[in-house]
Amino acid sequence: MIAAKPKGLAAHLPILYPAATLAVFFVIPFGIMLAVSFFQREPGGFYTTEFSIDNYANLFTALFGRVLAFSIFISAFCAALCVAAGFPFTYFVTRMRRRAQVVWLVVLVSVLSLSAVIVAFAWSIMLSQTAGVSNLLVWLGLMDQAVSWSPGFWALTCGMCYIAFPYTVLVLYPPLSRLDPHLPEAAQTLGASPVKTFFTVVVGSLRSAIVATLIMVFAFTLGTYLIPQILGRPQHWTLSVLITDEAIYRSNLPFAAAMSVFFMAVSLALVGLTMLAGKGRGPAER
Amino acid sequence: MAGLDLKDIHKRFGPVTAVQNVDLHIPHGRFVCFLGPSGCGKTTLLRLIAGLEQPTAGRVLLEDQDITFQPAHQRNFGMVFQSLALFPHLTVGENIAYSLRIRKKSAADCRRRVEALLDLVRLPGYAGRAVAQLSGGQRQRVAIARALAIEPRLFLLDEPLSALDAKLREDMQLELRMLQQRLGITTILVTHDQREAMTMSDLIVVMGTDNQVHQMGSPLEIYRHPADTFVADFIGTSNLLKGVCGGGRQVAVSGRTLNVETLPAGVTTGTEVSISVRPEDISVVAGVREGENHLQGRVAFVRDVGSSVEIYLDCNGFQIVSQSTPKSRPAVRQGDAATAVLPPSACVVLGA
Repeated sequence: MIAAKPKGLAAHLPILYPAATLAVFFVIPFGIMLAVSFFQREPGGFYTTEFSIDNYANLFTALFGRVLAFSIFISAFCAALCVAAGFPFTYFVTRMRRRAQVVWLVVLVSVLSLSAVIVAFAWSIMLSQTAGVSNLLVWLGLMDQAVSWSPGFWALTCGMCYIAFPYTVLVLYPPLSRLDPHLPEAAQTLGASPVKTFFTVVVGSLRSAIVATLIMVFAFTLGTYLIPQILGRPQHWTLSVLITDEAIYRSNLPFAAAMSVFFMAVSLALVGLTMLAGKGRGPAER
Repeated sequence: MAGLDLKDIHKRFGPVTAVQNVDLHIPHGRFVCFLGPSGCGKTTLLRLIAGLEQPTAGRVLLEDQDITFQPAHQRNFGMVFQSLALFPHLTVGENIAYSLRIRKKSAADCRRRVEALLDLVRLPGYAGRAVAQLSGGQRQRVAIARALAIEPRLFLLDEPLSALDAKLREDMQLELRMLQQRLGITTILVTHDQREAMTMSDLIVVMGTDNQVHQMGSPLEIYRHPADTFVADFIGTSNLLKGVCGGGRQVAVSGRTLNVETLPAGVTTGTEVSISVRPEDISVVAGVREGENHLQGRVAFVRDVGSSVEIYLDCNGFQIVSQSTPKSRPAVRQGDAATAVLPPSACVVLGA
């Protein structure tokens, strides 16, 4: 814990480097994007530095609204799935012996080394009609004939969750492994069954960690633009796909910038609301 | 028999033996301490009783009912953990009411019970506080109140006072003991502090580093008549003299002969034995004296701490510690010749 605020230039030196990095690589690019979002597109060219809010006015179309809503929905849905599966999974991993824990974590981290391209194509093959899992089910006699599950909503969900799951576990691992093992035991001596213990004490005492993980996975999956194009149909394309399309293929940087800024504002508002909701109850939030 | 019975309990964790050969009867309504050095298996034994571990062999009976494999959450015991394990996301009141809410008690019932328990542990009006706002002693009381909320059949405490500073610990010992007497609830406390065990318990179970029970008895019985050298050494301070049993009630110690009052069964002439004598039973007189159980030596060190005086006497090959009050302090100084007098009734003979 830091007792007093640092005073003078020397005390601030250690923070200057990260502050400068943050400014150069995040604040300045964002400032440029914010500026560009108010510029005019020059058809066939780049853009001119004339102030205009047309880009923002053009956002209010049915298409943009639908894609924005879907992007937020699919990210929130995947975040919820990942945390719902990842929290009990991580809990059981942290209760294992040290060696077994290391094996599980290494497997998960190695999944991170796969690029989104490989993951997307692997899923599209696995869910295809010609070589996919459905052939296996036909062979086992569970299905009559092989079908194609990709592209589609569930294929997209699978791909996004696959990418996000290792992050979910890695973010949940530290708070769960720090959980006092006597807390669940105390709940049991007080009469709570193992299932009740899990929900009232393990989930309850780690609620802020769960909210933080939800936000992290949500923000992380919002940015995927490759997986929706491979595993989703056009109606499943997220706003990230639309922005890429606008910026790169249609060379409309001001409009792409305006979409990005608006998207970010909406996401930040949602994150803020989630944090408020997570903080509302319970006395011991820190 | 009413009470808790442990029948031939063994517990192994892989190759490590945590507890072995434990046969105990704990009578209803008593305060019992499991006392032993760290690693003796006393906490494991408590966890076996709580149902948080299952024994490798043996049975646990409560009021003649076999509860060995009953899950912990069906036992209706109250337990206070060493780390206290208060739920950080709940208020003091919610912590105490946790077991009542699990049992689907009404909100009004819960509130009444929480208030009664907070009065009992002398924290009235604390129900709405966050656990993080409490001091160590207050958390202690909340953990006790939480464990008592369902009127448990057994009250189990795993070194709950070890994190408190010495002064507060002594206060809590008295308070906990008086609370137990008022409620008449069968209580088991695990501790490595023999003073704490002596203060609080009706019965002490002494466990050793061999993971077995060495002796069970009242505090004074264990202090006055230790069953073996381990107990004599672990409980309080003791002078342990190695010797060989001569004829009759005599033991030869380093070329001198001590008279004793009783010999344990199985000790005959020629048996190697140890004699345990408590320091406060030994008196020291100045100069060289002769007589029954008089051991002559030289004063090696005098520790005068005000309330008591300890004299360390070198007696050719072994050392003897005596303790006396300032009033009966003998007139000796370091280096003086002196004689220790050991009353035969205070010499407890133990199998070596």
